[in-house]
Amino acid sequence: MSWLWANLDLVLRLTAEHAVLAGIPIVVGFAASLPLGWLASRSRVARGILLTAFNVVYTIPALALFVVLPGVLGTRILDPLNVVVALTLYAMAMMLRGAVDAFGSVSGDVLASATAQGFSGAGRFWTVQLPLAGPVLLANLRVVSVSTVSLLSVAALVGSGGLGYLFTNGYQRYFVDEIVIGIVFTVLLALVFDAILVLAGRVLLPWSRRRTATPRAVVEGRAA
Amino acid sequence: MNFFVDAFAFILDPANWAGDAGIGARLARHLALTGVSVLLAAVVAVPLGLLIGHTGRGRAAVIGITGAARALPTFGVLILFVLLGIQFGQGLSEGPVIAVLVILAIPPLLAGAYAGVEAVDDVTVDAARAQGMTEWQLLTRVELPLALPLLAGGLRSATLQVVATATIAAYVAQGGLGRYFIEGIQTRDYVRAVIGAILVALLALLLDGILAVVQRLVTPRGVSRGATRTTGTTARRPSRSSGATRAPVTEG
Repeated sequence: MSWLWANLDLVLRLTAEHAVLAGIPIVVGFAASLPLGWLASRSRVARGILLTAFNVVYTIPALALFVVLPGVLGTRILDPLNVVVALTLYAMAMMLRGAVDAFGSVSGDVLASATAQGFSGAGRFWTVQLPLAGPVLLANLRVVSVSTVSLLSVAALVGSGGLGYLFTNGYQRYFVDEIVIGIVFTVLLALVFDAILVLAGRVLLPWSRRRTATPRAVVEGRAA
Repeated sequence: MNFFVDAFAFILDPANWAGDAGIGARLARHLALTGVSVLLAAVVAVPLGLLIGHTGRGRAAVIGITGAARALPTFGVLILFVLLGIQFGQGLSEGPVIAVLVILAIPPLLAGAYAGVEAVDDVTVDAARAQGMTEWQLLTRVELPLALPLLAGGLRSATLQVVATATIAAYVAQGGLGRYFIEGIQTRDYVRAVIGAILVALLALLLDGILAVVQRLVTPRGVSRGATRTTGTTARRPSRSSGATRAPVTEG
């Protein structure tokens, strides 16, 4: 513990860096998967193409993606952008299936009623379909969030893993305390992110207090 | 793109496949690590998952375990175990690495087995009992075959995790395809890192493809994969399986 107090500045700086590097993929991945998920829930062809493509990306181990992306993006190999892009792709892959489920979970009768009441396509999406899909979207987003926060530490091997730095540094110094603190702070950060999402859900989806259907992503979240 | 050309040239040169540090040896080691870990995890997780699914007891534990496992940074746990192994006089042995890989593979297998049995329709279970089946017969002849697609999905998910994590294990252990990557980063040899990336990605895609076929083959006729899945406009049918464990990815 004395190590923590002596290095609190470093740990907090790494935690902040971790929050940013994990936060961007979570937000961008969620936003990007909404239109794609909506498209995939409407069209069988789009669903086949999108799910297959992202399944392939999802299957590629994180380290491999971190290394291949510079060749594709033209970035430097140790550029944090590679990590952010890789995690965003994983977040999209996980979230996309959840979004397809979420939009599919909205009853067709409800949508037909909305159309009968005079809702246009866009109006129906924003005011009927999206709010009703909300609880399932949120449940999946929570899984994506936790997975992304814990996965980011692997990126320490390519120089930008936030708290993952404590793992590589602790290993080089054979110092167990530093690694334990890295694990504890990563888990704490994941819990904070989760609490924020739950709170946002309470505010934005006040009607969904009852238990909602479970996210597809639950058994999936990836580790490396 | 030159990097990729060089990397492929290296991989396609048979000379690089031979020897103790060749692609062949490292591939074999990567596969052995993966196989042993998934097998050990299955021995623990599958019977337990089937039992939990059959009795309905302990599902809160399954949900808790899968959730907690997801929050743990695997890379940190891996290094922690290896350091503890060194402190307890094991030296740099495989033990700690395999232990972490097993721990990592348990949650998806457990969830797959549990969710598979749980997803079996109550009516089917009642019908089997009404025909005079014992609980054992019910489990082995009805619930297990119907659970196989989701169980295979859990196996697929677990294998994927272990292959990926065995790659980062190269940072703390010898052998495995991850070595190319680690060597490449340490010596700033980008081509070498790309070689590792290509090999690991191909291995993961190949294993995933094989297991997807297995999953298709074990699906009993008349059962759609991921039977609990809600599709299209059908409202979710209230059932025992409304809990927090869902089918692993079944789209192939």
